[in-house]
Amino acid sequence: MTALLALANVDTYYGPIQALRGASLAIDAGGIVAVLGANGAGKTTLLKTVMGLLDDQPDKGSIDFDGASIVGAQTEEIARRGIAYVPEGREVFRELTVLENLQAGAFSRRDDTAADLARMFGYFPRLMERRDQSAGTLSGGEQQMLAIARALMSRPRLLMLDEPSLGLSPLLVQEIFAILRTINGDGVTIFLVEQNARMALSVADRALVMEHGRFVLDGSAAEIAADPDVQEFYLGIAGEESVKGYRRYRRKKRWR
Amino acid sequence: MEFLGALPQVMFSGIAAGAVYALLALAMVIIYRTTEVLNFAQGDMAMMTTYVALAMIVGSGLPLYAAVPLALAFAAGLGAFAEFACLRRAKEPSVLGLIIITLGIEMIVFGFASWKWGGEPRDMPIPLSPYDGITAGGVIMSYLELITIAVAALTIGALFLFLNRSKAGLAMRATQQNRAVARLMGIRVRRVEMFAWALAAVVGGIAGLLVGPATTVEPYMMWEPMMKGFAAAVLGGMTSLPGAALGGAIIGIVENLFGYYVSTAFKSVVPFAAILLMLTVKPSGLLARHYVKKV
Repeated sequence: MTALLALANVDTYYGPIQALRGASLAIDAGGIVAVLGANGAGKTTLLKTVMGLLDDQPDKGSIDFDGASIVGAQTEEIARRGIAYVPEGREVFRELTVLENLQAGAFSRRDDTAADLARMFGYFPRLMERRDQSAGTLSGGEQQMLAIARALMSRPRLLMLDEPSLGLSPLLVQEIFAILRTINGDGVTIFLVEQNARMALSVADRALVMEHGRFVLDGSAAEIAADPDVQEFYLGIAGEESVKGYRRYRRKKRWR
Repeated sequence: MEFLGALPQVMFSGIAAGAVYALLALAMVIIYRTTEVLNFAQGDMAMMTTYVALAMIVGSGLPLYAAVPLALAFAAGLGAFAEFACLRRAKEPSVLGLIIITLGIEMIVFGFASWKWGGEPRDMPIPLSPYDGITAGGVIMSYLELITIAVAALTIGALFLFLNRSKAGLAMRATQQNRAVARLMGIRVRRVEMFAWALAAVVGGIAGLLVGPATTVEPYMMWEPMMKGFAAAVLGGMTSLPGAALGGAIIGIVENLFGYYVSTAFKSVVPFAAILLMLTVKPSGLLARHYVKKV
């Protein structure tokens, strides 16, 4: 069985700066895969590279979705093939209403979207209440819900999320991750990038750790959660030395 | 009461002139909203459209009802071509660079029209005399002015419905607000931008076809209406369709009031004084919805 999304030896540059260094990864259909990593590890770059959002990138390597290469394809065509991407910071259409945002999400579809609208309002009843309000007036959590619902309106096979927990209260984060589980149960493969390692590990089936543009650990969420380095650097279990950032940084070099 | 008695007449003429400004303002707003580019070629693209209509009526002997749709179809093609051939070619474009490109398009179109049809003014033959009209309540309304107002109102209404009710309109609004995210929705933003240019050229072309019979057809014919349309767009806030329409009406009325009661010589200065005043008092425009991006 071919993987749903497969990256091999992907290099991405921002001008002279290399952000991805031979990143390789295969995601099978069905589960929730989480990528953990610190600021600047290349997590967001990874997702943007897959979506073709960076001009003339990746510099090297192959990216296949559902067995066909998507390197060099236009972002809109990649989206139409079945990858939905929820960017960091929500990025809803602020001056459109909630309903219009959802309709924009279903833009590439020609069939009836009423059933999916109902499904979204089922996942997120809050959006139903605010359907005619302009999206810029929603709270951060509601905007995140809208961004996820909007992405799902295209009936994607793969949903990629960039830091869905960013700037949300712990309670909301729990709510959103619980809904991601439900969405996954309904047949959408989820690939998410997260700094909130604890939350990500609690919901994911498989997790990878990214450092300096490459994957350094890969395993089931339970294995990754049990890894002593992950415990120290990402879950903060090991104790006082790692509370400040300095020590963390020195020890991280071990993986390079 | 001679002084105030003329007021309704002056207002009416102002609205008729303002209808044309409103159309040009709308055309600029359509492009600005989708691509953030100010299209300074808008007026001359409209001039070109009018010449094409004239050439079809006078040169080929086509009836008006056939020449107008064909000229507007030409306008759509011209707009789409300008976007496709000139703006899209820009490598890593800045908004300022794109605006300069529109100035270049303006010069090319102007030069082409001057070369092809010459600089002398021509009459647009229409089956209406500019002196025929109706008189209601002491206000003389020529048929041409009435038609101008009606066509402008219909165009504005149709545009409003199109942008707010149709799927393509939604795609245009989404592209304007966040181009990168619109692409994530599978919206083919380049087509949307090309379409915006075509649509704007048609709306501007309608303005040209209304100006042509009222004045004469010559390469400079749209210069003043275009600047006033720009003033109207700024007045309305550059991004708001109702704002552009309202701005057009205001500019038309104010300049006619000024021309009648103060001085005809300085009539053309009024719109620019209005821009200056607007930018000083409320830079976001009369009806702009202004979202400050949260960090």
